This record gives sequence, C-alpha cells and structure tokens, in this order.
Amino acid sequence: MLLPATGAAQIAAPLARPAPAPKTAPTSGKPYTPPKTPDGQPDLQGFWTNSTYVPLERPQGVTKEVYTPAEAEAAMKAAAAREAEQTEPGTTADVHYDFTQFGLDRSQSTVAQSLRTSLIVDPPDGKIPALNAQGQKRAAERAAARKTAGGPYDSVQNMPIGSRCIIMGGSGPPMMNAGYNANYQIVQSPGYVMILTEMIHDVRIIPLDNRPQPASGLRQWVGVSRGHWEGNTLVVETTNFNGKNAFRGGSENMKVTERFTRVADDMIDYKFTIDDPATWDKTWSAQAPLAKTEGPIFEFACHETNYGIANILAGARAEDKQKADPAKKGSN
Amino acid sequence: MRNQFLTRVTVAAIATCVATAVALVTAQTGGYRAPRGPDGKPNLNGIWQAINSANYDIEAHSAAPSPVLELGASGAVPAGLGVVEGGTLPYTPEALKKRNENRANRLKLDPEVKCYLPGVPRATYMPFPFQIIQSQKHIMLIHEYAGAVRTIYMADQTEAPADSWMGWSNGRWEGESLVVDTKGFNDSSWFDRSGNFHSDALHVVERITARSADTLNYEVTVEDPKVFTRPWKMSMPLYRRVEPNAQILEFRCVEFVEDLLYGHLKKPPSQ
Repeated sequence: MLLPATGAAQIAAPLARPAPAPKTAPTSGKPYTPPKTPDGQPDLQGFWTNSTYVPLERPQGVTKEVYTPAEAEAAMKAAAAREAEQTEPGTTADVHYDFTQFGLDRSQSTVAQSLRTSLIVDPPDGKIPALNAQGQKRAAERAAARKTAGGPYDSVQNMPIGSRCIIMGGSGPPMMNAGYNANYQIVQSPGYVMILTEMIHDVRIIPLDNRPQPASGLRQWVGVSRGHWEGNTLVVETTNFNGKNAFRGGSENMKVTERFTRVADDMIDYKFTIDDPATWDKTWSAQAPLAKTEGPIFEFACHETNYGIANILAGARAEDKQKADPAKKGSN
Repeated sequence: MRNQFLTRVTVAAIATCVATAVALVTAQTGGYRAPRGPDGKPNLNGIWQAINSANYDIEAHSAAPSPVLELGASGAVPAGLGVVEGGTLPYTPEALKKRNENRANRLKLDPEVKCYLPGVPRATYMPFPFQIIQSQKHIMLIHEYAGAVRTIYMADQTEAPADSWMGWSNGRWEGESLVVDTKGFNDSSWFDRSGNFHSDALHVVERITARSADTLNYEVTVEDPKVFTRPWKMSMPLYRRVEPNAQILEFRCVEFVEDLLYGHLKKPPSQ
C-alpha cells in the first residue's frame, strides 16, 4: 500500500524520514485558487523539489501511461534499492561517500509523487521522438568529436559538464531531476519571477514584460528566458542556447516552453515542451510536479572546492606513466 | 482646559521629534524617500552597479601597469581615491604582512582569477551588474559575476548553519534603509585584487538606502578581530542600469579558467 506520504517512508533505509504528505491536485469541485503576491501575480514562491523516481522515458516493456499505486510503489522500491546497492561498502561503485549518511538519497528527501510511467506525456508512447536527418547528422558529428578528443580523463574538457561544475541538469531549462539535492527556490517581485536551482547556485531571472529575445549573437548555457502569465499559469519561453549542453541531443536553436501552475498549496504542476525542428520533426512534452520541500537553500560552491577534477586527472596521468614504464613504481 | 494645554504641548513635542528625524534623514540622503513597493517597503528592486576602481584596490591607489605584459594598457590598473573611510585599513602587524604577501602573489592567489565566488562586500563592486529581487520574506541579490547569489532572510531568521563564500545574511528595515547583517563566512575571499583579505571571523553590516530614483547609498561596516584592530567602514554610490531591457547575463567563468587550473594535468599529445 502506497502511503499518502511520498512513499519514501516505506523504503527500507535506516535514515529515512517521513516527508510531509503531499496533497494531490483536486480532480473535482472548486479548482484551486493560488494566493497572490503583493503585486498580483499568482504566488509560486517557496522551496520546491522535482526529485522523482519517474524516468523521462517509459521503461522498456511498459506500455501503459499510469501505474497502479502498487506498481508505482514497486517501481520506486526497485529504483531505491538500486541506489542503495551502489553505496554498499566493498562495491566498486562505493567511491567516496555514502549519500545515505548525508541524507541525500532520493528516498530520504521529499519526492514529488507521481504514478506516471514516464515524465514524457507527448508523444503518447512516452519516448523521445526519433532524431530527424539533421539531428542524426549532428549526433554523428558529436560522437566523432568525442573520439578525436581522446579518453574521458585526457583533459578537463573531456569530463562531464556537471563534474566540471559548469552547470547541472537541475538548471535546465527544462529543469530535470538532479538525482539528489534537487532543490529550488522561487521568489517573485514586480515584473519578475526568479528561480534559484541549488546546484549550482544557478539563477534564472524571468522578466514578464514581453521584451524581445536578444539577437542571436548572445547565447547562454541556460538560454535566455521570457515569461508571461496566462491566467494562473506562468509560461516561460527560452531560446538563445549556446548548444554546448544541448538537452537530449538537441541543437542550439532549441526553444523550450515551460508552464508552471500552482495546483495545491504544496504542489506546482510543471510541464515543458521541446521545439527543435533541427533535431525532431515534432515537438515533444513532459510533465513533472514540483513538490513543496523544506528550505533553506544552501550555498553550493562546486567549483571552489572541486578537488575531484584535479585528483582524477592527476591519477589518470600517474596511470599513464605507469603504463608507459611499468618497471618504475611510485609517483611522478 | 488642562487637556487642551497638554494636547498642544504633546503636539509640539511630536513635531520637534519629527523635525529632528527628518533632519537626520535629510543629512544622509538629501531627504529622498523611495517609492514603496506593493509590499509597503522602500522599493529597491532593479539592476544596480558600482562605478569605481574599488575592485582593483579599496584603498587609495595610483594607476599601475598590468600584471600581465601582453595586455598592455588593457590590463593596467586605474587610479582610485579609495572607498575606505579614513583611508588606510587598520590591519594588525601580522595581517599587514600577509596582505603584502597576497599583493605580491596576487595572480596566483586572488580568488577572482580562479573564478571563485567573490564574497561580501566585493560582490557588490565587481565590475558587473547585480539584480535585487525583493519579496517580503527574502531579498535576493543576484550577481552577474560567476552567477553569485545572496539570500537576505527578512523572516525565519537563523544563525548561519555552515560557513560559505557569500556568508549568511539576515536583514531588517530601519526607516529608509535596508540593513543586512552577514556572518558565517569562510576565509577564502578577498576584498579586492590587491590582496586585502579577511578571516572566518568576518562580520559585515551593509546599509542600502535609496538616494534618488536611480541611485543607492551603499555603506558597509566590516569587523574582523582576527585581522583588523578595529571595525572600519567603506561607502559608495550604486547606479541603476537604466537602459531598456537591461538584464543580468551569464558570466559563467569556470570554463574560462579550466586550462589555467588544470592545464598542467592534460595528457601530453602522443609522439
């Protein structure tokens, strides 16, 4: 039986703490009316998380759109068990610290509850559409460039962008579950909505005044966002991406449209649509709730103490030396 | 009769108090009263930037050559009258030695060179704009430089739960001024490019007051008993970025410093 809470309390983890029970969006009767900010915007403010066990794409072998509560619980338990396995002492994946010790596991924090089998709601099969010819060509070019660049530890530029502390998946747009510490803070002021992503202290300041998008010469990792209210839904359109971190193989000309609607005191319905004719012949969309969580947001000074990169590269160079001259032992 | 007399005396007393208070405000801000936002508080929302050479050196300094030869005049240091009240920072003798060592090795040691978070108050006078997003519970300062963020808690205030680069800020209104009290710093940021530094005992109190529709007074009291013999103050105006569609852009500088920091660990090209 899935608890009215996140279901996390059911999953065996010694440090699991029950999260506040989320209210589900009302399906009948009076629709929820969000409170308003002092300047009259629907109020989205607070601390939110998009932590979820629901994958972006429907898993292989699953054909339906929505699990029964029992099936959803089983899927969540299996995913949590896989995470716990990884930090089992003595396993190769148990690298430097145990997430459960620091309460960072998804099962130990608020999880935005959903019975969906995939975040993707369109197309109906729950999968990202096939790449079109241009998209395939770009994917091939990127793969070739990766080969030319060499091994994953040949240089810092070959390492994952998140490991380099440049940007992480929670920033988006679209904002994806970061895997842990998936926390956001929304603050509104007249004419603006500000979204702070905890990792890596990433802020999008969204103006609501219908100003134009900048010229194409200005490109950003998070693109440039413009927003407006449609009733109680904040619609945010983002373009001017730099293409270096393209979402799921997209191009720099991708347009992301996000819709934020507060559907309960403790839930924001978040939907995003990807429009990128240079990659997919049709748009595709996903939906993922944001659940209220506890604040505050802490400073995530990723780059400032990124010993990981230096140590990984130094280790790789030491290995290279060892391979080149196995007779020699010791460093440098 | 007695009541009327008391009333007149009371009114006169109140009038005198108000006149004095107004006179004090007038002395500081020329009597400017910022429009109120929908939250009823002085409206400090906007995009602001300092225009001075404080980030080069917060004390008075002459123009100087670039520390990097190839940059020529582009990298040279502009002069400054200084923003520190009284002129000289009141270092302890040991701290002054450390400041001078910092200065002599600033290309290697200045956290700005490595795209590290700038700390407070340096973030305010970096040569980049920042935006104030003001709500009732939280006032956010979002800096273009390195995407640094400061949350000023106006409600639900606590002590700093851990140390950080940008500190932990609790704020309150005192009349026209936003007063921000920040502690919980680590010891890793500098005050400028010239090696002026602090310890983890740093305590910063900022007063932000509108002085006109498009300018703010920014006054800072810095206290650090491990480094300075007494608290000291700095002050400067902040200017609104008034161009239409002004916005905070990305200065995601981590990418720009990777070869500087990790280039020596790159795999050499094979023979």
